[in-house]
Amino acid sequence: MIRNKSLVSINDYNKEDYLAILDLAEQFESRPVRNTLQGKVVATLFFEPSTRTRLSFESAVNRLGGRIIGFSEAGTSSVTKGESLKDTIKTVSNYCDLIVMRHPIEGSARYASEVSGVPVINAGDGANQHPTQTLLDLYSIRKTQKTLDNLAIMMVGDLKYGRTVHSLLQAMSSFNTTFHFVSPDELKMPGEYKMHLENRGLKYYEHKDFTDILPEVDIVYMTRVQKERFSDPMDYEKVKNVYVLRNNMLEQTKPNMKILHPLPRVNEITEDVDDNMKAYYFTQALNGVYTRQAIICSILGLDQK
Amino acid sequence: MKKDRKHLSVSAIKDGTVIDHIPAEKLFNVISILGLDSIPNQITFGTNLESKKLGRKAIIKIADKFFKETEINKIALIAPTAKLNIIRDYEVVDKRQVEVPDEIIGIARCMNPKCITNNDSVVTRFRVIAKPRISLKCHYCEKITDQENLEIL
Repeated sequence: MIRNKSLVSINDYNKEDYLAILDLAEQFESRPVRNTLQGKVVATLFFEPSTRTRLSFESAVNRLGGRIIGFSEAGTSSVTKGESLKDTIKTVSNYCDLIVMRHPIEGSARYASEVSGVPVINAGDGANQHPTQTLLDLYSIRKTQKTLDNLAIMMVGDLKYGRTVHSLLQAMSSFNTTFHFVSPDELKMPGEYKMHLENRGLKYYEHKDFTDILPEVDIVYMTRVQKERFSDPMDYEKVKNVYVLRNNMLEQTKPNMKILHPLPRVNEITEDVDDNMKAYYFTQALNGVYTRQAIICSILGLDQK
Repeated sequence: MKKDRKHLSVSAIKDGTVIDHIPAEKLFNVISILGLDSIPNQITFGTNLESKKLGRKAIIKIADKFFKETEINKIALIAPTAKLNIIRDYEVVDKRQVEVPDEIIGIARCMNPKCITNNDSVVTRFRVIAKPRISLKCHYCEKITDQENLEIL
């Protein structure tokens, strides 16, 4: 079902697809180095820099014996000569079996998938979608909780502009999740996502700070509150220390609780949390490699030898 | 039936379609969306006619033209009040109302300035997620354009 199909949005996949990817990612975790992609070429087209995401994809391809072509910023590509996205994609799709694309314009990945001769994986299109991040988040949640069903997730920080929380919310809404949203008024979860949960009969609660529900949740998903999101710098100054997770706040939390963060982190998780067993964000990044291996092989329809 | 015929007698057509109850200010949008400016059929239109419902309305009569539903529904976004009379041998044989379709291609603008359709030569495409108060979800950037922000291209 996934074979030969581009992955542009987390909504391109259904619950069965998520689970198939996660099962396959587990196999790659147990044996990450294989020759599955031997003879295959993957193009990584990064029209804006994202070192972390690009290296994760390239590591996934390299460990499977595939080759990489591409560029890491638009300045080193023909875009500077005025070439359209359509022409770039049509040309590059002649040279490779799969395109991984990052682009600052929203909807560019969907458009690329429509003009490309080979499948496209969206590695982030502006504030819109970043589906492989969501799948690695799902993988990390299932791995640490042994299930995706009936969990309580607390999402903290920039819930208005954060594409990772929006996509994760959409994906987790297939698993009877209870949501807790912790954010300043300026960065609250948009109405359309709350309506999505209401339509599915799922519970959500909004909070202005961490409050006493921290001990009730299974997953804390932290995001960065960015200064540039505030029209008034004073508003930022007021809230900048409210959404910081500190080690001493974790004492009463559940033993199975894990802290996730899409990274990069700035100051929203203090460094004393890093040594706590409940900190999971660096392992989460490692899981991204296995998850991307699973996604690439599923799309290319390659047997797992 | 007789009354209808009298009403249409100014420039009655033998066979074809009459689109009535178009908001007067949307007349030229309707003409453009239906491509009426580039077909050979005889067309008459009136605008700024009195209407109890709309204040001022426009009407278009197109001889020997019968629209497919998918074709005519394209005007639903800008003229949801429009009514169609299908004419055969001077008689109104069918009356229809336009309906907002489930998908809109190339008529509306996405309200997201960072959307590819506002930055590149890409035709807009939306799924209609709410009606009659229109809410459109962009096929590309997945943002929602609501009635207040609806802009016709």
